[in-house]
Amino acid sequence: MNDITQQIRTTARRLLEEKTVDCVIGYRKGTVPMQEEPYFAYSPEEADTLVWTGFCVNNLANFLIKRPGRNAILAQGCVSRNIVGLIKENQVQRENVYILGVHSPGMLDAEKIKAQFPDRVITKVTEDEQEILVQGWGFEERLERKKFKRNNCFTCTHRNAVLYDEFIGEQGPGTGGGNIDKVAAPWEAMDSDSRWAAFEDAFKDCIRCYACRNVCPLCYCDVCFVDENNPQWVGKSQLDADIYTFHILRAFHCAGRCTDCGACESACPVGIKMRTLTGKLEKDIREFYDYQPGLDLETPPPLTLYRPNDPDVAG
Amino acid sequence: MPEKILQKEDAKDLLRVCSREHELFAPVRDGSRIIWSPVAPDDRLEFEFSNTDLSPKGFMFPQTERLMHFKNRPEDPQGMIMEQEAGLSRPRALVNIRPCDAKAFAVLDLVFERDASSTDVYWKDKRENTLLIGLACKHPCPTCFCTSVNCGPHHEEGLDVLLVDLDNRLLVKPLTASGEKLTADLPDAGQADIDQAAEQKQEAEAAITSGVSLDSIASRTVLEEYEHPCFERIFESCINCGTCTYFCPTCHCFDIQDETQEDYGRRIRTWDSCMSWLFTHHTSGHNPRGTKKDRVRQRFMHKFKYMPIKLDGAIGCVGCGRCTSKCPVNIDVRSVVNRMNESISE
Repeated sequence: MNDITQQIRTTARRLLEEKTVDCVIGYRKGTVPMQEEPYFAYSPEEADTLVWTGFCVNNLANFLIKRPGRNAILAQGCVSRNIVGLIKENQVQRENVYILGVHSPGMLDAEKIKAQFPDRVITKVTEDEQEILVQGWGFEERLERKKFKRNNCFTCTHRNAVLYDEFIGEQGPGTGGGNIDKVAAPWEAMDSDSRWAAFEDAFKDCIRCYACRNVCPLCYCDVCFVDENNPQWVGKSQLDADIYTFHILRAFHCAGRCTDCGACESACPVGIKMRTLTGKLEKDIREFYDYQPGLDLETPPPLTLYRPNDPDVAG
Repeated sequence: MPEKILQKEDAKDLLRVCSREHELFAPVRDGSRIIWSPVAPDDRLEFEFSNTDLSPKGFMFPQTERLMHFKNRPEDPQGMIMEQEAGLSRPRALVNIRPCDAKAFAVLDLVFERDASSTDVYWKDKRENTLLIGLACKHPCPTCFCTSVNCGPHHEEGLDVLLVDLDNRLLVKPLTASGEKLTADLPDAGQADIDQAAEQKQEAEAAITSGVSLDSIASRTVLEEYEHPCFERIFESCINCGTCTYFCPTCHCFDIQDETQEDYGRRIRTWDSCMSWLFTHHTSGHNPRGTKKDRVRQRFMHKFKYMPIKLDGAIGCVGCGRCTSKCPVNIDVRSVVNRMNESISE
């Protein structure tokens, strides 16, 4: 067990024993390799099952929405930024959430690891700071950890929680080292036709399970536009137009709000890289409005506010 | 029917015979995924794979299926009249389908072809015109639990032929008249090959170490199970996406809609999911499954309690493990069912 896991358990236990909170939202060990489970600990005993590994790839802020009571929540940089966003958008009350800030080690991409062993069955994966140990039927192999981080963790801009009530462990390096502007670069080099072709190719495998939407803390509309049926804006079939409409509108709806947490890509069961879209939108937001989502509780999100000197980006 | 033997390198000869009448499909590798794809007899078949990512459910029950079409012109005497769709134009063969996926078709036959008065013609047409050539499982995944839900790595139900991979040879087991016809020209297998296949079956079954217990669930009334306290926690991490239902080979809920564009109209059936609130939302505004807890409970109760009651004991799960391996929040069907089976304390 790593140090952070131990400290999370101790802190969660104390918060529950002292009744500071009703519940601690974290992760517990998953039942399959490379997948931890979001977990809600209500008692000190349950707090002892919490874990912190490179496979905590959901965004726990998602579970705060409409949740009653006072909850503690484990939050690395991106998750804390989403909590800030939810507070700003009046979806979460600051006084009802107790943020356990943590430094992100850079979460791991299970698909990248699986791709190393195409014909083999993986049964157990463990990690330390430098290496990942992959064990399976008839094999055991060590991989260099930093090569298997999720794409969004390579370009992370805030690995430490930006808002917290308590910080678990030490603050670590602030960024992932990669250049976040490069996420959008492929689009910018393309003309309109090739952009469309690349877009169609990126979303061709979508089965409309909506895991990307449902795992995202930005998507909390009571009725999502794809679920409206009077009028019905979007059809229910696998027609390209309906699939594309969903993804384009969802991405635009997230503009100026997305923290690049990567939960959508981790959740997608068919491996769609939807950050290619949100990455471009967030780069535009940075360039046009000099704004990054979720860094403080005060600055209003640019797309909710009109200023006379807003850039004329349509022109 | 006697078992036959086939050299693996001669599998193409069998496929060539098969392709005279059938369009061939088989699992192929696409990057790190295994997908169902059209194949030609000379293509190299994949034998070393656990199972396809998406189940072959869509071959019988497509995610989007046109049921009827019409001319969208109310003023035209021929307008607004539903026209029947043509059936499958050419019979198909699914080669190397896993036994669990074939068993899923057998389970769904009980739903879609329950009795003559309510047979689903769309399902029946494709089902009757699809030959299923199975490939027994050599190396089950850690998420497999077929042996505890009336299935197994060499299960034969639903299949026309079962192949057992004996390295450079395939033991060929015809199971229906169509399977027998297809394999008629192959030589009979020797006892050593039959024994090796039997041994492999035992090994594969022994390799499946996880499972579900259903005895208490079966012995309780619907309401007792419905009110099981385990449901107070199981839904907590669920995000209500459709991944489990869409990857499941036996989930079969659907929506029907009419779509029009200018003069053209079509009535379509699309996959739907009990995980979605919209699935049960009434016109009145009432929703009988208005909470996440209701929806999560529904999925497991349907498979492990309602279906067995309605379908003479058939379970709505074949133990393929796809829902567990694909779930974005690690809801493991085995843990859920085993918790549902735990005793209920007062």
